[in-house]
Amino acid sequence: MSIPPNVTTIYARALTRRFGAHAAVSNVDLELRRGEVLGFLGPNGAGKTTTMQMLTGNLAPTEGEITICGVDMLARPTAAKAKIGYLPEKPPLYRDLTVDEYLSLSLKLHRVPKSARHTALMRAKERCGLREVRRQLIGTLSKGYQQRVGIAQAIAHEPDVVILDEPTVGLDPNQIRGIRSLIRELGGTHSVILSTHILAEVEAICDRVQILHHGEVVYSDTIAALKALHSGRTVLLGLRRPPPEAELAALPGVASVERASDRLYRLQLAADRDPTEQLVQRAVEKNWGLYQLAPAQTSLEDVFVNLTK
Amino acid sequence: MILTIAAKELKALFASPLAWMVLTAVQIISGYAFLKRLDDFLQIQPQLVQLASPPGVTEVVVAPLYATTAIVLLFAVPLLAMRSIAEERRNETLIFLTSAPVSIVEIVLGKFIGLALFVMLIVALVTVMPLSLIANTRLDYGLIASLCAGLLLLAAAFSAVSLYVSSLTTYPVAAAFGAFAMLLLMILMGEAAVDGLRARGWQLPAAFVQVFSPLKNFEPLGKGVVDTYAIACSVMLVLVFIVLAVRHLDGRRLRG
Repeated sequence: MSIPPNVTTIYARALTRRFGAHAAVSNVDLELRRGEVLGFLGPNGAGKTTTMQMLTGNLAPTEGEITICGVDMLARPTAAKAKIGYLPEKPPLYRDLTVDEYLSLSLKLHRVPKSARHTALMRAKERCGLREVRRQLIGTLSKGYQQRVGIAQAIAHEPDVVILDEPTVGLDPNQIRGIRSLIRELGGTHSVILSTHILAEVEAICDRVQILHHGEVVYSDTIAALKALHSGRTVLLGLRRPPPEAELAALPGVASVERASDRLYRLQLAADRDPTEQLVQRAVEKNWGLYQLAPAQTSLEDVFVNLTK
Repeated sequence: MILTIAAKELKALFASPLAWMVLTAVQIISGYAFLKRLDDFLQIQPQLVQLASPPGVTEVVVAPLYATTAIVLLFAVPLLAMRSIAEERRNETLIFLTSAPVSIVEIVLGKFIGLALFVMLIVALVTVMPLSLIANTRLDYGLIASLCAGLLLLAAAFSAVSLYVSSLTTYPVAAAFGAFAMLLLMILMGEAAVDGLRARGWQLPAAFVQVFSPLKNFEPLGKGVVDTYAIACSVMLVLVFIVLAVRHLDGRRLRG
């Protein structure tokens, strides 16, 4: 690989795409370095696919710029596209071709030199577990295999950037695990953008996450930061004889109180203090009947639901 | 890159039953037309030889054979071309080509060449029929070459128009019918318009309209006359519709 790690592979700034008066995507910034996996989230219709189509040169942005490994997508689309592997939401498969024929065609179209094609073909089949079906017509394969052929065509030419639109749809749990480890492996040497609805998938394999809502980026951070930020800042408090909520809220270090269920409260703690000790002491003194005190992990799901509901 | 796409198109054509049915039907229809004409020729031959300069077998038998094939191609080419772009859009496989480092021009040209190669095969198979007479008679090879060239240009024009119509829709059958209707209109109206304009002495408009009159451009070559303007018109027609197809597909990228 000619490009050293930590080099920006995708750089998109102020991407906007309007269809008539409706803005499907507005002002989306996106930057990805080599070796990173970006999780691209959002409810249906948030503009994920539109953004991916712009990044892959299939849709011209109304405004904004896209650079792939330093090559301007709008000025030199052919050179930029050569660095990308793209799996659209619906894998673009020719049912009349065999797996080998289809992948060879993809390699030729991506201008892989003849001498390197055989190795690339073998490697792609190996990585996606397609060896035993290589001579079958794609139309006769099961959904899972077809999905894997779609992934294989996106990675066969060893692109710097791999863009996968919902790659694990229609796969069984074992295949999903296989694809996840493949994406993780790709993340080591390539940049990967992954769009998905499965949040656990993002937490498991992505380095960064961006959430899109109504065509705008509403959240963008690293997974590590997300976990650090939200763990321990909220506690669940269970009391058998609870005092009025106002009394709990008045405790030092408690930012807000929310009633989670009958005798369970969710306490948002102030950023700079940890009042757990006083909380326990007070509960004993006033005989509130403390039976549960646990840090509430804020998951990506909470973030997602909060931002997009 | 263009040839890679052309090869893929050819492979796709041969993988479909339609292409084989078209090949079979063209062979049967032209074969019948050829044999019938040949039979007629043998019956009237004694009378023909009494003429001062009798028409030869090439004029009487072979020229009508190519005219018949031209009519069959008018039906066949729209059918062969209908899937080319419409089905790729319908199945969302066009994105496979447009995501690759290949320009729209290369994609459309590749598809056109693939289709044109298949149509050339039909013309070649038809040409074998008159050549089967070599052993028994003298043929006018100049006329046969001119007929071949004329039919190829006509088929190329049909292909380009059909390809353009195929880029307009996602329904292959609509593409086939649309292309057929458009070609028929061009043939009928083009013919009338060129003659009408010329009769009024409006040479320039007539010359312009002739570009869009494929059969009018076939006529000179069909008689063995190499009319460079007619040939140029055929080439222009192909170019115009290829450019239109490219523009339409590129417009989808720009406007969505």
